[in-house]
Amino acid sequence: MAPERKPILLDFEKPLAELDARIAQIQELAEENEVDVSEEIRQLELRAVQLRQEIFSSLSPLQRLQVARHPRRPSTLDYIQAISDEWMELHGDRCGSDDSAVVGGVARIGGMPVVMLGHQKGRDTKDNIARNFGMASPGGYRKAIRLMEHANRFGMPICTFIDTPGANPNAESERLGQGEAIAYNLREMFQFEVPIICTVIGEAGSGGALGISVGDRLLMFEHSVYYVASPEACAAILWRDAGKAPQAAEALKITANDLKQLNLIDEILPEPIGGAHADPLAAAETLKSALLRHLTDLNNLTTQQRRELRYQKFRAMGVFAEAIAE
Amino acid sequence: MSLFDWFANRRKETSPLKEGQEREIADGLWSKCDACGVLTYAKDLRTNNMVCLECGHHMRVYSDDRIRQLLDANSWMPMDEQLYAVDPLGFRDRKAYSDRLRDMQGKLHFKDAVQTGIGRVDGLPVALGAMDFRFMGGSMGSVVGEKITRLIERATRERLPVVLVCASGGARMQEGMLSLMQMAKISGALERHRESRLLYIPVLTHPTTGGVTASFAMLGDIILAEPKATIGFAGRRVVEQTLREKLPDNFQSAEYLLQNGFVDAIVPRTQLKATLAQLIRLHQPVTTAPSMPVHRADVSAPNSLHHVVEG
Ligand SMILES: [Zn+2]
Repeated sequence: MAPERKPILLDFEKPLAELDARIAQIQELAEENEVDVSEEIRQLELRAVQLRQEIFSSLSPLQRLQVARHPRRPSTLDYIQAISDEWMELHGDRCGSDDSAVVGGVARIGGMPVVMLGHQKGRDTKDNIARNFGMASPGGYRKAIRLMEHANRFGMPICTFIDTPGANPNAESERLGQGEAIAYNLREMFQFEVPIICTVIGEAGSGGALGISVGDRLLMFEHSVYYVASPEACAAILWRDAGKAPQAAEALKITANDLKQLNLIDEILPEPIGGAHADPLAAAETLKSALLRHLTDLNNLTTQQRRELRYQKFRAMGVFAEAIAE
Repeated sequence: MSLFDWFANRRKETSPLKEGQEREIADGLWSKCDACGVLTYAKDLRTNNMVCLECGHHMRVYSDDRIRQLLDANSWMPMDEQLYAVDPLGFRDRKAYSDRLRDMQGKLHFKDAVQTGIGRVDGLPVALGAMDFRFMGGSMGSVVGEKITRLIERATRERLPVVLVCASGGARMQEGMLSLMQMAKISGALERHRESRLLYIPVLTHPTTGGVTASFAMLGDIILAEPKATIGFAGRRVVEQTLREKLPDNFQSAEYLLQNGFVDAIVPRTQLKATLAQLIRLHQPVTTAPSMPVHRADVSAPNSLHHVVEG
């Protein structure tokens, strides 16, 4: 949302850029020669809108992954600031660290006090290094659960935002119990009495994403992705060829549409044409109204009903067959 | 390790390899240890739960061995043997997932990477799950998730302790996100088991990694591990890419996890059953007062009281 930054183009956006350049060129020529080309321009602009719509409505899984990872894609902090009436960031896991790959705090949305938290990627290279590209360490998951326990104690609903390539895979994270930190969150999130709404805003990588994604609702932005293993890693392991990432992206079923069909998510949040980064405020507006709608629904249930439904929601996940025992 | 020394001393009389024994190795009468190279009579090795009598090396064992080693004879009552995987995504890498499944199901007498059921450990009823690394690296897809969840749910209903012997490379990629969600599903079932104040003991064996480590392997009330088992979340090669210096030799070993506070005890396989029995006994609800000398007068107490004590 900074003023007039040079756009970052993805490879499949090239035809759009070319069209835009042509429009500008014609406009310039027309002004120099004092010719009226307004009708041609209007046609070309219409064509540009159509083209953008066509491209973004038929993205391949790998292209969606590129959109999900777009450096300008709105982050957790962007969304929190845009959708909350007020907000105060809180820090620390109370175990000796404050992982900046996870941010969270107390906020008010639609007049309702809530706790919001999520993975935080950097807004530029320097920020990305500081935030470890949104890859949380055990301290990040422990900070997240500490904030959620706080929410539960004070009866505040929890909104989590998922945007990570995965949990930090470094040696220190292993030493500090990355597996334990994620596992603990998975179990505890079933136990909370307050409503929990989880939204995938960018990329949701494996266990590192799941560690803050157990809730009553799982929403996904249209161009966001959620995967058990990144297409790059999956290609390297199963195909023994990292170049097979496009096939892996296809096979793994990582898009919001695929996951809706598998009944693993509840709702797809439509994005502005060109992706959430093309119009972050519109995307935030979509998010806010979805959160408020689901919060209202969930607030109408009793604590017991919510916990039971949350359990049943995950209990039903899985596809298998059962032969009739003889 | 003192236990290993004890074995070493006991086996000092190991006879040198004689003519004709080479054939017996091929026939499976003798077995060579991967770690120390010493030959052991296969039957002795089996009696010792596939732990080398010479050096204490734990050779790989599978779900059938686990069931036999941990449960009392004839006490195993398997559950959900009829569940099988169906290739929900139509997944094909270098080979179709459906073909991989068919191959494995043809080779083994069970249908996916875990066997679950009810049995007894030293007379104590337990819900036991034993993962099997032979079946696609013990990977967790929908069937593994469903079988373990059903096992835990039954244990919660029947108030049984749960023991899960873990051996897994993590979530099964061929079922995509369905596999990842099994981590949450099982953790939810464990939350209910825990809320009922029941005991859960995962036994981490070589290897326990990825999504299994980031879910039920690390959620035990008490966590046991086998000596030298590899236990970790991220793969070692991935970790190595994040740094320039060498990792410690014992990185992601059971001993390393013990040192860092993530397992309670490293238990040699030969002592695993006795240790589980001891722990389960220690956590049984106390139905009687601490034992005190019985006085004559107490004997005349009404029968109903007697009943309570017995029960
Ligand atoms: Zn040996």
